[in-house]
Amino acid sequence: MQSLFNKYPKLWRIFDILLPFFATLAALAVGAVMLIFLGANPFEAYGALLEGAFGNINALADTLVKATPLLLVALGICIAFRGGVLNIGGEGQLVVGALASTLIGLSFADAPGTLIIPLALLSGFLAGAIWGAIPGLLKAYFNVNEILSTIMMNAIAVQGMNYLLREPMIDPVQLESASRIPQTARLAVAFDLPRLIPTRLHLGFGLAILAAILVYIFLWRTVIGYRIRAVGLNAFASRYAGIKVSRYIVLSMLLSGAFAGLAGAIQVYGLHHRMFTDGSATGFTGSAGFNGIVVALFGHLHPLGSIPASILFGALIVGANKLQRVMQVPTAFITALNGLVVIFVVSSEYWRRRWARRRETEPVEKPPGATEAEVAT
Amino acid sequence: MISDLFTTTVLVGILASGFRLATPYLYAALGETFGQKSGVLNLGVEGIMLLGAFAGFYVSFTTDNLWLGLLAAMLVGAVMGLLVAIINVTLKAEQGISGIGVYLFGLGMSDLLFQMTMGTVETVKGFAPIHIPVLSDLPIVGEIFFQQNLLVYIAYALVPISWFVLNKTNFGLKIRAVGENPEAADSLGVSVNTVRYLTSILGGILSGIAGASLSIALLNVFQQNLTSGMGFIAVALVYFGGWRPAGVLIGSLIFSMVNALQLWVQVLNIPIPSDIAIMMPYLLTILALVVAVQRVRPPTALGKPFERGE
Repeated sequence: MQSLFNKYPKLWRIFDILLPFFATLAALAVGAVMLIFLGANPFEAYGALLEGAFGNINALADTLVKATPLLLVALGICIAFRGGVLNIGGEGQLVVGALASTLIGLSFADAPGTLIIPLALLSGFLAGAIWGAIPGLLKAYFNVNEILSTIMMNAIAVQGMNYLLREPMIDPVQLESASRIPQTARLAVAFDLPRLIPTRLHLGFGLAILAAILVYIFLWRTVIGYRIRAVGLNAFASRYAGIKVSRYIVLSMLLSGAFAGLAGAIQVYGLHHRMFTDGSATGFTGSAGFNGIVVALFGHLHPLGSIPASILFGALIVGANKLQRVMQVPTAFITALNGLVVIFVVSSEYWRRRWARRRETEPVEKPPGATEAEVAT
Repeated sequence: MISDLFTTTVLVGILASGFRLATPYLYAALGETFGQKSGVLNLGVEGIMLLGAFAGFYVSFTTDNLWLGLLAAMLVGAVMGLLVAIINVTLKAEQGISGIGVYLFGLGMSDLLFQMTMGTVETVKGFAPIHIPVLSDLPIVGEIFFQQNLLVYIAYALVPISWFVLNKTNFGLKIRAVGENPEAADSLGVSVNTVRYLTSILGGILSGIAGASLSIALLNVFQQNLTSGMGFIAVALVYFGGWRPAGVLIGSLIFSMVNALQLWVQVLNIPIPSDIAIMMPYLLTILALVVAVQRVRPPTALGKPFERGE
């Protein structure tokens, strides 16, 4: 193997890119064992998964629809990771973004869509930014671990959502009915994001792609982006270079939250056209706040790499839903499988780091999740 | 109606349930303390607790033997702890993310197994309260402290035991050395990874018991997402407690008292929306972290996989 790779250095690169695929396949293999225990034929099941994700134009469109929030969250994760912070708070940021944008749509039901849609997306972006900035401030100025604070912020956002959707923001129709399903009224049809083709695919996907390009330019072609990356690579050196590290930590978290918040707003205006809850965060987000992290890892923490990664992951989710419907497997299976994919993808980074270390001639980039000490060795 | 809170019966009730509800926090957070002291951050405690809760409940339910249930929870916890060690220690995964994977896996898997094996919410007759002779007859104090079940007593007994193990034994010294300065420990012949495997497995076992303490000793039911965030709070409690068992004890008590208060507020129909009431422990966690982290420094190698220098 070693000599082969020495002869063809490009092979490394291909292996690097394929690594998360292998990890996902391994997770699916474990899932197959679980399916056998569930009494389902894994080949049939994964066949249904593939067909559900790519089977026809509608399936394909659904895949892209699912990829949209994943890509946006992943962009935020890229910024945070490059800035040296870990944002586990995507779920909560997505929820507050969705809530804020829904509030705009409900409050100005008679206003024109051309005015409300941009305003709503902006409000989602800002709400997410605030929700992300809080852990950022706590980290930068009070030294509070951002992993813990973002998890708590998730729980707070979910409880806030449950309260708002059960009481003040509930659909008046639900208020009359006995069931009182916790959801808002449907937003005005004028506020729906335009569809791209006659499927469920909406403008949000295009916006997410545009955002990916902008984030790429921001991180690699602007001074602020450069400083964020510098702080992430070496906070001490950055401080000596005169960069105000605390400020850039807050900025990384703020932007990270903002993109998750935008994802929430786009979910409301492009897909659901209302806000609803089943009591947990997952009910509304579909764990996009967590899965966005995996997508970002998949995409090598690069905004443009996150685009194909998000489509792949979107396909996995759409296909899994189809699998669940066709094979009558409980939704809980999907959650467990999701966890396995996270575990396998994050563990597979081990091999990427090992290979990176073996490549002596090429400059060693800081691998995701590695500590400064590791890069130094 | 707020004044309803201040009758003796209610206050004793709050204190007694607060004392009792600290149990799962204590098991999980003490287990996590061992892991973090050795440098491993296991964020998947919540998922392990759920699996332990299910295993404990299911085995108790089918065999009618609570001890077998507890053993099953410990076994499941140990296996999950081993898995965490493989991911975080051997494969050196980013621990903040791998923990989320373990959480999602535990959340889904416990629910899946529950739906396959049982399907409906059942109850078991959990560990019965043990009235400690003489002490339990004391007014007020007796009701709060000395009429609890065995798992509650063990949880509190673990606090001094953990302190002793961490600070007075050879194994504890190795744990602290590996968490503070793995290179030095390694050069003195301590196997960093072996110690971290052991603490991860120990943490897994205690997380499993934490889950079982809910499903077969405190609530005596199992349902989807039974723990609802307790595992995450337990991880935060380790920070809050400054990586010391006594600090973990104080944190656990504060939290369970707030929880108990929150439950009683709902029982007494005091007009605070329950969703807002449930939010309180999380808000408190953030505030507690702000206060706590100013005092103590985390183990130096926390979250950093050990790489032997070439």
